[in-house]
Amino acid sequence: DHEAIRRRSGARVRRASWKRRRSGEGVRVGSNGRASQGLSIDTSVEGFDKGRSRENERTNDRTIDRSGEEGDDERTRRRGRKRKGEGERGARRVESASRGLSIDTSFGGFDARTGVWSRGKGKMEAPTKMKEVLTGTTIIACTYDGGVILGADSRTSSGNYVANKVADKITKVCDKVYLCRSGSAAHTQAVAGYANLYLNQHAIELGDKGCSVKAAANIVKEIAYGNKAWMNAGMIIAGWDKKEKGKVFVVPLGGTLMDVPFAVGGSGSIYINAFVDRNWKPNMTKEECKSFVRKAVSLAISRDGSSGGVIRTVTVNEHEQVKEFVTGNEVPVYQDEIQSKGPPQVEFVSV
Amino acid sequence: MSGAGSGYDLSVTTFSPEGRVFQVEYAGKAVDNGVPSVGVACKDGAILAVEKPEETKMMLPGSNRRIFTVAKHVGMAVPGKLPDGRQIVSRAQQECENYKRFYGNTIPTKVLSDRLANYCHAFSLYWHLRPLGSAALTASYDDNGPHIYLSETNGVSYRYYGIAVGKGRQGIKTELERLKLGNMTCREALKTVCKCLIKQRDDQGSKKFEIEMAWICDESDRQFVRVPEDVAKEAEDAAKREIEQEDEDSSDMES
Repeated sequence: DHEAIRRRSGARVRRASWKRRRSGEGVRVGSNGRASQGLSIDTSVEGFDKGRSRENERTNDRTIDRSGEEGDDERTRRRGRKRKGEGERGARRVESASRGLSIDTSFGGFDARTGVWSRGKGKMEAPTKMKEVLTGTTIIACTYDGGVILGADSRTSSGNYVANKVADKITKVCDKVYLCRSGSAAHTQAVAGYANLYLNQHAIELGDKGCSVKAAANIVKEIAYGNKAWMNAGMIIAGWDKKEKGKVFVVPLGGTLMDVPFAVGGSGSIYINAFVDRNWKPNMTKEECKSFVRKAVSLAISRDGSSGGVIRTVTVNEHEQVKEFVTGNEVPVYQDEIQSKGPPQVEFVSV
Repeated sequence: MSGAGSGYDLSVTTFSPEGRVFQVEYAGKAVDNGVPSVGVACKDGAILAVEKPEETKMMLPGSNRRIFTVAKHVGMAVPGKLPDGRQIVSRAQQECENYKRFYGNTIPTKVLSDRLANYCHAFSLYWHLRPLGSAALTASYDDNGPHIYLSETNGVSYRYYGIAVGKGRQGIKTELERLKLGNMTCREALKTVCKCLIKQRDDQGSKKFEIEMAWICDESDRQFVRVPEDVAKEAEDAAKREIEQEDEDSSDMES
């Protein structure tokens, strides 16, 4: 829970900062300027480098709790130790998942921010060690005249290893409401599970009326925002309800909630942001929208290493919810990519 | 007050041999002997009206509120024991806020009244609590139109076209049944509601009273608000005039 995470991370950061100061690394400033809350950060230390800290922050709106980050004087160390269940040993209790607030790994563990385990032999170098399973992904959802279409690729990667070639990243959370998942596979599956639970209860309470997409998105946002310190999940919620018809909401890292006519997410989305901005138009027909979604995902797949596999689409409107996919060899290819249609260019020689 | 329960009415956790829980019924009596309250759902909105006798000349008129706003789109009158009623209102306000925060939408009235009914019912399950001596007469206007719900002390909650609780409710109910509420606008219904309330008084003539009215309708922009003073006064005066005309023995009518 939040309190425990803050306490534990506090100790960790403090110890890390002490160590790093010794090695001349300096202290990172939280992106929302925690220093202004009365904590003093020793900026006179050699090697203090604001630039480096900013590039280490993955996102600007992630709140990283720096309570406990002060100088390494006697009082601070004592104060840190006074917190329940902590102390110098507390910092070693790494079970991980995810506090990853520092990259000082002299005591080993899992750094959720970069998704890397380390054995604790000192600073980490290249991320060639085992990585957490991520859905480095391309996800997209658009409204059209009468409903929404969600699209996604199907590659789940764990570093360079493709854990699942045919993953389904579009999860149903409620009748006629779907969730596209990107980021950590574990986190998004957990969120989808909770959302499903709460929405089922909600649907029962509401009776005949179905769940609204807005309620589903709100629940996802509450979970994402409430656990923002350690979560790595960017999600798009889209669906159809009676009152507002087709709707798309996006909950990026950090737990904002935005009501948008279309959205893209995941690592592959950066390559198609401009394409989608330029080519989406309101009130498309279903077929137009579907081919638009497929084209966008295929463009992202062709440039993003963490996206690939099949292109899945889900069409939701008043009358139907249809799940389809475009097989791997039917996915459009561009420019100099190898054509997988037709006879193979190379003959296989039997040995 | 002896006899009816004869020993089975000493605790809310005791059933009588006929299967009644007397304490809960007695709580209902607190509502039945309370101030007359009426709720009607019209074509374009819902109205709540409570008729309060003037308890003392020294009290400022309008200071003992009986009708409360629970959310922008929901309001509530609490006949019966007022302090118990305020407890229900407070809980309803929390429910509305929690629902909005968690689901993003305003709470549907059916959900709210179910939750209030469960809340009232919970008080009848434990020996160390007493049932609340107040009902919740809820008026709202959401996507499905205007609603009037009554959540009673025993934990049931029903939706009504029009309902009266408190003293003289039988007479008022009979009057309401004669009306075609679905065809009336709120303004028209206001006068009728005032008329019902005034008529049912057993008249000592000298006692002063005050009718507190609130509505939620298209005219009030679908927000639950007190009926504006001029509209309220107009309705009350029109009601009084009608009663005087109808009644041959005008001496029995209070001023």
